[in-house]
Amino acid sequence: MVGAINNALELCMKEDEKIILLGEDIGKDGGVFRVTDGLIEKFGEKRVVDTPLAESAIIGASIGMALSGLRPVPEVQFAGFMLLSFSQLLNHAARYRSRTRSTMPLPMVVRTPVGGGVKALEHHSDNPEALYSHIGGLIVVEPSNPYDAKGLLIKALHMNDPIIFLEPTKLYRLFKQEIPDEMYEVDIGKASYLKKGEQLTVITYGNTVPIVSSVIEKKNISADVIDLRTINPFDEKTILESAKKTGKVLIVHEASLNFGVGAEISARIAEKAMFELSAPIMRVAAPSFPVPYPGYENYYIPNEKKVSDAIDKLLSV
Amino acid sequence: MQKQVFEGYVEYLQIMDEDGNIDEKLMPAELSDEKIIDMYKYMLFARNLDAKTLSLQRQGRVYTFAPLLGEEATQIGVAFAMKKDDILVPSFRQHGIFLARGLPLASHFIYWKGYEEGNITLKGINSTPFAVPVSTQMPHAAGIAFGQKYQGKNASVVAYIGDGGTSEGDFYESINFAGVYKLSLVTIIENNQWAISMPRSGQTAAQTLAQKAVAAGIDCIQVDGNDVIAVYKAASDAIKSRNPALIECVTYRLGMHTTSDDPTKYRTDEEVKKWEQKDPIKRVKAYLEKKNLWNDKLESDEIQSQMDRINKAVEEAESFKPDPVSMFKNVYSFMPEIISEEMESAVGANFWL
Repeated sequence: MVGAINNALELCMKEDEKIILLGEDIGKDGGVFRVTDGLIEKFGEKRVVDTPLAESAIIGASIGMALSGLRPVPEVQFAGFMLLSFSQLLNHAARYRSRTRSTMPLPMVVRTPVGGGVKALEHHSDNPEALYSHIGGLIVVEPSNPYDAKGLLIKALHMNDPIIFLEPTKLYRLFKQEIPDEMYEVDIGKASYLKKGEQLTVITYGNTVPIVSSVIEKKNISADVIDLRTINPFDEKTILESAKKTGKVLIVHEASLNFGVGAEISARIAEKAMFELSAPIMRVAAPSFPVPYPGYENYYIPNEKKVSDAIDKLLSV
Repeated sequence: MQKQVFEGYVEYLQIMDEDGNIDEKLMPAELSDEKIIDMYKYMLFARNLDAKTLSLQRQGRVYTFAPLLGEEATQIGVAFAMKKDDILVPSFRQHGIFLARGLPLASHFIYWKGYEEGNITLKGINSTPFAVPVSTQMPHAAGIAFGQKYQGKNASVVAYIGDGGTSEGDFYESINFAGVYKLSLVTIIENNQWAISMPRSGQTAAQTLAQKAVAAGIDCIQVDGNDVIAVYKAASDAIKSRNPALIECVTYRLGMHTTSDDPTKYRTDEEVKKWEQKDPIKRVKAYLEKKNLWNDKLESDEIQSQMDRINKAVEEAESFKPDPVSMFKNVYSFMPEIISEEMESAVGANFWL
């Protein structure tokens, strides 16, 4: 996935001179995960900017750059550190279009690694998608494979909205996938079916996609597996269509359960498809408290067994 | 009318030079030979603890670790200036000052093995836990100092931040806050020249980091951060003044930012070699040897005794049994039903392991 994101950035930077990358250690160091590796050599220090260590300034200045006609792509080194720019994102980025009645849109894509599973230090494993989705006005995207990562990022760089592009750290190098060399877009706001079936619907995204896929394969179940890809605004149509078909829905995410993405999806299904369900909607997520230190990670992050148990329970209803 | 309304300056302090020569005029009178020997031992201890932790990380026995190699004087000098009841607010590389303030060594290893239980003994050394998001600990330090003053207590607060951290808003907001309320907050900038790959020169156009205090209206000084005596003196003066102060310790990160970092990608060997000449430990050793206060035998005995303590602590940390139920029991002051349900299902399923 690292290569796919790097490739998307390179293609778009060639196409659009207004794109500039900025962030901590993204230039000479190529980013702490090497996502921007080689781009400073190709595009120079003018377009790949190593910034002082100041997340609020990186995001706030990106808003200013977008207002000045550029298309900034700030990288925040870890999702936990992005909270230092929370005010800029929620107080300003989310509202600029609305407060200027679309006369001052903000074309910017904020990239940050998210999620656990790599035994990293505190604040390096957070899943903040619900935080950015709740307020509205920010598009929140989280790919689960290299193909989608490239297509979604290219699409994001062709849009005129502030987009939070969440990159699951564990999936950066988990598996290889052949992807097209050329430019292509993956629609934002559209989920994808990873698998089609009859017995139940599993809705997931990001880090838990490979976990869910593996469980479904091992159990040899006929299921709809839906990868949300865009968390906000999510693809309600696809979800309802599948929920109505199978009548059983499981939502799986790595972020904590309380007030999470699963809660929103469950509510929408309950509101619009309740009488077509044959079992209560179930959620598998991390417990409802912040991510622990890495020694406790395996006790916290949802794993295959937890997903498998939930599926058994749902199918037994 | 046009006139100058402000003029500022920053002093630089070095007392012991790179060869271990002392500027007698500046030497604090209270620093006896015994004290300097103790400082030396603690710097050596910090380096040995650091090296052991790095080696455990390379063997997969601790997770990502932030080494302090080269920055020992910036921590040990301050430790000797602080009183027992003074309060420490570290960033995330201050295991040297933890050690000198008496943190049980096993706690250090339990922390870096990724367990919150490593933080339990911090209360005993009057320290907050490490704060990983850069600079976010600074407002806490100001608040603790405010709380001390409000309650008529005499403890001073000593906060640590790196060179990169001084670019964050939280840094300036906190020293400004301390200035407004005249809080006894001493902020140590552990300027190790590199914020991961960003050199000090890329962080700010300001000539020194110390001068950032000027805008906050508080005292400041820049010291040779590899000179434990100068660090001690500056910290000691600042603590005694009971006024807010900013001390920039000019040191160097001889190792990596963390064990996930590869510094060869962004800096030269020559630069590292140049700073190795300014080693904070070597110069104190030279000073002590010149005065016949130290020799090879004392050195090897000291290292042996330190390694014994370190190895014993590693054993203790490795016998630590994680208690995942503690994650659920320490979220709130009471146990809400929703957490209790999650705990019961996790325990019932043996955490799905």
